[in-house]
Amino acid sequence: MLIHLSSPHIHGGNSIRETMVAVILALIPAGMMSVYLFGWLAVFLIVLCMLTCMLTEFIALKWMERSTAPVMDGSAALTGLLLALTLPASIPWWMALLGSIFAIGLGKQVYGGLGYNPFNPALSARIILLISFPLQMTTWLIPMHLGVSAIDLYDFSSTWQLFAFGASSLPHALDAITMASPLGHVKTEWSQGVGVSDALRAYDYSYLDAFIGRETGSLGETSALALLIGGIYLLARHTITWQIPFSFIATVAILAAIASIVDPNHYAPPLFHVLAGGLILCAFFMATDPVSSPVTAVGQIVFGIGCGIITWSIRTWGGYPEGAMFAVVLMNCAVPLIGHYFRPKVYGKQGSKS
Amino acid sequence: MIKSLLNTLGFTSPPFDGGITPNMCKWTEGSSIKTCPLPPVLIVPLKQHIGQPCTPLVKIGDLVLRGQKIAKAEGYLSAPVHAPTSGKVIKIEEHAIPHPSGMGMVSIFIEPDGKDQRDMLLDPMTNWLQRDPAELRERVRMCGIVGLGGAAFPTFIKLLKDQRHPIETVILNGIECEPFLTNDHRLMVENSATILHGLHIVMHMLGAKKAIIAIEDNKIDAVQAMRENVDLLGDDLIRVEVLPTRYPQGSEKQLIESLTGKQVPAGKLPMHIGVLCQNIGTVKAIDDAVMLGHAITERVITVSGDAVPNPANMLVRLGTSMRFIYAQCGLEKFDNIQILHGGPMMGERLRHPDIPVIKSSTGLLAISDARMKVAHQVEEPCIRCGHCSEVCPVNLVPNLLADHCRNDQLERAANYDLFDCIECGACSYVCPSHIPLVHYFRYGKGQTAQMRREQSFAEVSRLRSEGRDARLQREKDEKAAKRRKLRATLRSESVLNTANEEKTATQPKTEVND
Repeated sequence: MLIHLSSPHIHGGNSIRETMVAVILALIPAGMMSVYLFGWLAVFLIVLCMLTCMLTEFIALKWMERSTAPVMDGSAALTGLLLALTLPASIPWWMALLGSIFAIGLGKQVYGGLGYNPFNPALSARIILLISFPLQMTTWLIPMHLGVSAIDLYDFSSTWQLFAFGASSLPHALDAITMASPLGHVKTEWSQGVGVSDALRAYDYSYLDAFIGRETGSLGETSALALLIGGIYLLARHTITWQIPFSFIATVAILAAIASIVDPNHYAPPLFHVLAGGLILCAFFMATDPVSSPVTAVGQIVFGIGCGIITWSIRTWGGYPEGAMFAVVLMNCAVPLIGHYFRPKVYGKQGSKS
Repeated sequence: MIKSLLNTLGFTSPPFDGGITPNMCKWTEGSSIKTCPLPPVLIVPLKQHIGQPCTPLVKIGDLVLRGQKIAKAEGYLSAPVHAPTSGKVIKIEEHAIPHPSGMGMVSIFIEPDGKDQRDMLLDPMTNWLQRDPAELRERVRMCGIVGLGGAAFPTFIKLLKDQRHPIETVILNGIECEPFLTNDHRLMVENSATILHGLHIVMHMLGAKKAIIAIEDNKIDAVQAMRENVDLLGDDLIRVEVLPTRYPQGSEKQLIESLTGKQVPAGKLPMHIGVLCQNIGTVKAIDDAVMLGHAITERVITVSGDAVPNPANMLVRLGTSMRFIYAQCGLEKFDNIQILHGGPMMGERLRHPDIPVIKSSTGLLAISDARMKVAHQVEEPCIRCGHCSEVCPVNLVPNLLADHCRNDQLERAANYDLFDCIECGACSYVCPSHIPLVHYFRYGKGQTAQMRREQSFAEVSRLRSEGRDARLQREKDEKAAKRRKLRATLRSESVLNTANEEKTATQPKTEVND
C-alpha cells in the first residue's frame, strides 16, 4: 500500500489521462469538420494514425521491458489524432503509418517516453514527412462542399479505393480532385509577380469561409471556428493557459499588420495569416503541448512570441508556404533556455537569479 | 507588469499569487465547541513548541494544580509547560509525540484527581491598559503561550515592542484555509468578544494603531460575529476584512500580501514592514492569561474526516490521548484508517492514536485508506504541465526543483530557491502525475542541512588544522629567526674573535718574527 507520510494528503483529482482525454475531446469539432470536408478519408486517416501510435507505443514499451500501462493513458492516441489532423487528406496510407511510427518511436519513446520528449511528437513526425515527401504533403484534395470534386468522398467504397490504392487507381486525373491551399496559392502567385490582393481575388478567397473552415488544407487545420471551440474548452477547464496561444497568434497578427501597412501588395493581411494554414491548430494544440513547452507563465509568453516570429518569417520569406510547425519545433529547442532565464520572481525577492 | 495584466484580464484572482481552492469539507462549521471530559491520564510532553525541550520541575508522586508550572523553559526560544488539571504525577518518561517518525519525548504523566483545582499564583491584570507592555509580555511568557495555529512559535517573542521596527498593523488571522479545520471558525463565532478584547491587549502591547481581522468568505457567521462586536465598541481602528476562500491564504506571508499588497522581503520578518500576525486561538489564550491569570492548559481542536462517525469541535486538555478524543467522536477501531495531526494539506500522518494532544494540535483527522489512496497514487513522469508553478504561492518552479532534489543536485536546488518553499502542498495537490513534490522538497532541505552541517564541521577542522600549521610554521620561523640571530651574534663574535685571533695570531707572529 502506498501512502506517503508526507503531506498533502488530499489531491485535486487531476490526472494525465484526464488531461489527454480532455484534449482529445477538444479536437472533436475539428475532427468533425474534417469529416465534413473530406468524408471517409478523414475517418480512415484519423483511425489509422491513432491506432498506429498506440501500437507503436505498446511495442516500444514491450521492447524496453517497461510497463505497458502508458499505452492507455491517452497520450499516444492524442499524438495520433494530432498528427492525422495535420496531414493532407490525399496522403497515401503508408506515409501516414510511417509518420505515426516516427511520432511515437523517434518523437517520444527514444527520449524515454512521456514527459521526456524535447519536441512535440506529432509535429516532428509531420516535419519528417514534409521533408521526405514534399509533393504528397502539399497536395490538397478539393473539399466536398465545393461540389466540384470528381470523386465522392462520402461514398465508402470509392473512398476506400482511393485510400487503399492511391489516386493512381482512380480513373480521374489528379488535377480533377486537387487544388492549391490559400497559403500555397498566395506564395506561388507572388513568386510569379502577382500581388497578394490579386492572388486572393483570383483564388476566390473569403474570410468567412476560412473562419468556418470551408476551404482546403490539412484535415484539421481548415476551420478556425472548430479549433477555437476546442481551444476555449481547454482554456475553460484549465488544461492549457492563455499565454501561448494568445502570444503566438498575436505576434503573427502584429507582424503581418505592420508589414501589410508598409506594403499591402507584397505582404498578406493579418487576418489572412491568422486564419490560414496550421496557425490556430499549432497555437492551441501543438505549442501548448505541456511536455515540450515552458512551465512558467512568463516563459510561455516568450515561447509564444518566438513561435509567432518564426511562423511569420517562414511564411513570408521561407521556402515553405507554412511555417507554424517549424516554428513550434524550433522553439521547443529553446525551452530549457527559456526555463532557465525566465523564472518568476520569488515571493519577497527582487528579480530572479540565473 | 505581467501580473497586473493578468489581473485586469481576470485570469488570476488577485489576493495573493497562486493558490488553490480545494474542497473545503468544513463539516463541523456548524457544531458548537464541546468540552471533552478529562481522560484517566494526561501525558504532557516537555516540548510543545519550537525550540529546546523544557526541564521538569516536579517529581513522581508530586501533587499538582491546574495551571501549575511543571517544567521550565530552557533558553530564549522556549515556553514553559503547565499541568492541564489537578492531580498526581505518576510517571516521567519518554512517550510518543505528534511526529510522523513516531519519535518520543520525555513527558510528565498526570493522573487527574477530578477536582480540577486551579493554581491561583497569577493575578488577573484587569487594568492591563495601565500596565507596561513588558509586564504583559512577561505574563504571556509565563503562561506558556505559543502560536496555536500550528507553528507553536513562542508568542512572547513576537510581542516585543521594538523601537526600530514599530508595529503599525496587527493582523488577526481568522483565515483557517486548511480543509476540515473549523476550530478558529467556532472560536470566532462563540467567543468573539474575548477575541476582540485579546486583540486590544495585543495592540496595546505593541503600540499598534490599526488591526485587521481577516476572515475568508466561507465563514460568514464568524464575520458577522466579529463585525457586531467591533461595531459595539464603535472602534474604527479595527476592521474586519472578508477575503475570498483560497489556500494557503492562512500562511502569514500570503495573508499579508492579500491584505496589504506588500510582500515581506526575503530573509525579513513581517515586523520589518510594520505588520504582525496573530492566530485566533492564540489571542484568546493571551486574553485568558492577562484577564484571568490562566496559563495555557487547553485548546480547541477539530475532530473530523470521513472515518469519524460524529465529527466535532472539542475543547480538550493538553495531554489528552488522541485515542480518547476519537472515542468521544465515536471512532474506536483504527483498521484501514489513517490519522492526521493538523489539516490534510500540511498535517502529519501519525502511526497510531496513542499520542497526546499538544499546544500546536489544530485538528485530528481520521481518513479512510480508500480516500487516502486517491491522494497518494503511484508517481508518473512529469508532463511539465506547469500547474505546479501556477499555484505556487511563492512563485517557485516546483517541477524543476523536485528534479534537482531527487537527483541530489542540492546547490542547484538552493539556487532555485528551495528554501523559500513553505511546504503548503498546493503543487502536489494539482499535479496530474501525482508527484509528491513537497516530499522531495523536504528531502532536499534535509539533505542540504546535513551537507551544510558537514561543511561547517569540515570548515572548522580545516581552520583548526590551518591554525595548527600556522602555529607550527610560526614556531619554526621564530626558532629559525632565533637561530639566525644567535648565529649572527655568534658570527659577529667569531668575526671579532677571528679578527682578534688574527691580530693575536699576527702579533705573536710578528712577535715571533720579532
